[in-house]
Amino acid sequence: MPGAAEIVIDANRPVVEAEGLVRVFGGRRAVDGVDFTIGAGECLALFGPNGAGKTTLLRLLAGLLAPSEGICRVGGVRLREGAAARAQVGLVSHTSMLYGALTAHENVEFAARLYGVRDPSDAARRALAEMRVADRANAPVRALSRGLQQRVSIARAIVHAPRLLLCDEPYTGLDESGSAALTAALADRRDRGAALLLVTHNLGEGLALASHAAVMRRGRFVRHEARATLDVAAYATEYRELATADA
Amino acid sequence: MTDRTARARTDWWLVAAALAVVAAYARVIWFTPAEATQGLVQKIYYLHLPAALNAYIAFAVVAVTSVVYLWLKDPRADRLAESSAEVGLLFTTVVLTTGPIWGKPVWGTWWTWDARLTLTLFLWFIYAGYLVLRGAVTEPGMRARYSAVLGILGALLIPFIHMSVYLFRTLHPMPIVLKPDRPSLPPEMLQTLMLSFAAFFFTYVVLTRARFGLAVERAKLAMREGSSDGER
Amino acid sequence: MRDAIIGPRAASVSANEPTNLPGVLHAAWLIARKDLAIEFRTRTAFFSSIVFALLGLTIFYFAWDPTAVAAIDIAPGVLWVIFTFSGLLGLQRSFGVEQADGAMDALLAAPVDREAIYLGKALANVLFVAGVQAIALPALALFYSVPLGGVWLPLAGIALLAAVGIVAVGTLFSAMAVNTRLAELLLPMLSLPFFLPIVTAAAQTTARLVAGRPAAEAWPWLRILLGFDLVFVVACAVAFPYTLDE
Repeated sequence: MPGAAEIVIDANRPVVEAEGLVRVFGGRRAVDGVDFTIGAGECLALFGPNGAGKTTLLRLLAGLLAPSEGICRVGGVRLREGAAARAQVGLVSHTSMLYGALTAHENVEFAARLYGVRDPSDAARRALAEMRVADRANAPVRALSRGLQQRVSIARAIVHAPRLLLCDEPYTGLDESGSAALTAALADRRDRGAALLLVTHNLGEGLALASHAAVMRRGRFVRHEARATLDVAAYATEYRELATADA
Repeated sequence: MTDRTARARTDWWLVAAALAVVAAYARVIWFTPAEATQGLVQKIYYLHLPAALNAYIAFAVVAVTSVVYLWLKDPRADRLAESSAEVGLLFTTVVLTTGPIWGKPVWGTWWTWDARLTLTLFLWFIYAGYLVLRGAVTEPGMRARYSAVLGILGALLIPFIHMSVYLFRTLHPMPIVLKPDRPSLPPEMLQTLMLSFAAFFFTYVVLTRARFGLAVERAKLAMREGSSDGER
Repeated sequence: MRDAIIGPRAASVSANEPTNLPGVLHAAWLIARKDLAIEFRTRTAFFSSIVFALLGLTIFYFAWDPTAVAAIDIAPGVLWVIFTFSGLLGLQRSFGVEQADGAMDALLAAPVDREAIYLGKALANVLFVAGVQAIALPALALFYSVPLGGVWLPLAGIALLAAVGIVAVGTLFSAMAVNTRLAELLLPMLSLPFFLPIVTAAAQTTARLVAGRPAAEAWPWLRILLGFDLVFVVACAVAFPYTLDE
């Protein structure tokens, strides 16, 4: 299995390249032929009704699932080629993915070490500061509110400076202040050249950050366009129709 | 092929297997001499040994199909493993019940930690664990993977059980019971034994095949219903 | 439909470029350390396992007729049965901690080899089980008046070997059981058949050691124990990635 030194990340290619991605569970095609790319500094907002396959697609891009067919590349490297390819990816989910008994700092530092970050303790401190949770860094995570936990979770996802940030319904459970902090952090990452994939039900939050928007339905992209070309009101109406059609 | 045709065909094979077993036992009861020292009860041996051999064959099939499944991810391998395991459990139960029935009049005790019997008991435990595991997992992909892992590990365990029990018995002389040696079989008995084995093996194949058919039908049903859980 | 838009180049992503991904053993150690940190923070599982072991030793004492069997004869068997069950208690929690808030996803998304996850968890479990053994063994010596003093070193060795075997199998089954409906029932049911060679070898060796018999008598059992450990640590590490949904 290739080590870190052998995986060559190609900075000239789009950060994410999905070609003909298919994922089958039993007889069900959860992802049924998806093609797209996301370049550096771009954010793809992915909308769609429940069961459309958005989470499955995200898990494919995170390397948590292998595609049944098709190819998935991050930084020009196929994700299944080796563990090191996953080093470029940061994952934020609606679950915190934290260890409740450990402190915020310990959680983020553990992640930093797993990703081979230099000075993991320092990097953890900085990530927590960026998410404005530094003052609670030494509290066990389970003592924190949902919103603060989510901030720690985001700090964990960004501590290794991922080129690709995958966010699955990250606004779930966040209050106004938490949502604002999250949007700011994601925008900052995007502006500094990372690629973002944001799966969300909330059109407003998604479109605020997006450079591109896509709608997924029954495992496929039924719409995929640049944000700049969108009329938000019309989009919202069409999306509502699409979503209720599936209900 | 309609469902009805499929069912009728399976019925025929089962009938044939049942007839084979009955024929074998007719021979056992009426056409085979009784063993000198043990008398009539020894005839249970013709049931006990073939059942044991087939139980082990069934397990070997489970182990091999488990490897095949993990390697090729073919659901048919998983269905065959499942079918073979259920039939194997049945045969193992037969061994564990005929053992004491034979043992009591011959050895004077219902149960003895005889090496082979103990090994068969563990085989029963592994089969039972295998089937309980399958029952506890609803998602078919996960179920197949977990079962395959257990099937392979179980196969690795068998030699260790054998070694442990053998060593245990060597160092702990069991109370001397009137334990018959493996009968030096005159040709007639050997023939009966082989016929009986053939009948049991035929039954194993037929039962596994029927069970496999059931597994296929369930999978088709699950897919039609659009859910992944058509089984339990 | 392929979207051919390529975004603007980034000047730099950040100062934290990963430079040195941990290898398998290092990653395993990081994971083990994390598990032990969690356990140490809460201590409940460890404490429960020890209490369970002590309770077990006590109950067995009262369940036995001292006129029929001498303490020194029954002690090894009791010890190893207790170890097995308290070991299972510790193993139950092994993957539970990953399931709680979906932490397993973060672990799987990290650039960590799957075998490292298994080895890390197994290492933490071995230390856990060894910790329980370290307390239960003296307790046995105390409760059953068994003279362990002279043989404590070989005994510790056997205990460690047995712990490795129990943990190798138990960690794998714990990973599987945590995803099922019958987790608490399934783990013992699957693991116990595998524990027979370990428990038999360990108990028989302990009995001989305690009775002061020559070490050569214990060697055949030790060989089985070593063989078991070798085969199953490898087999379970290899099998572990297959238990993950990928």
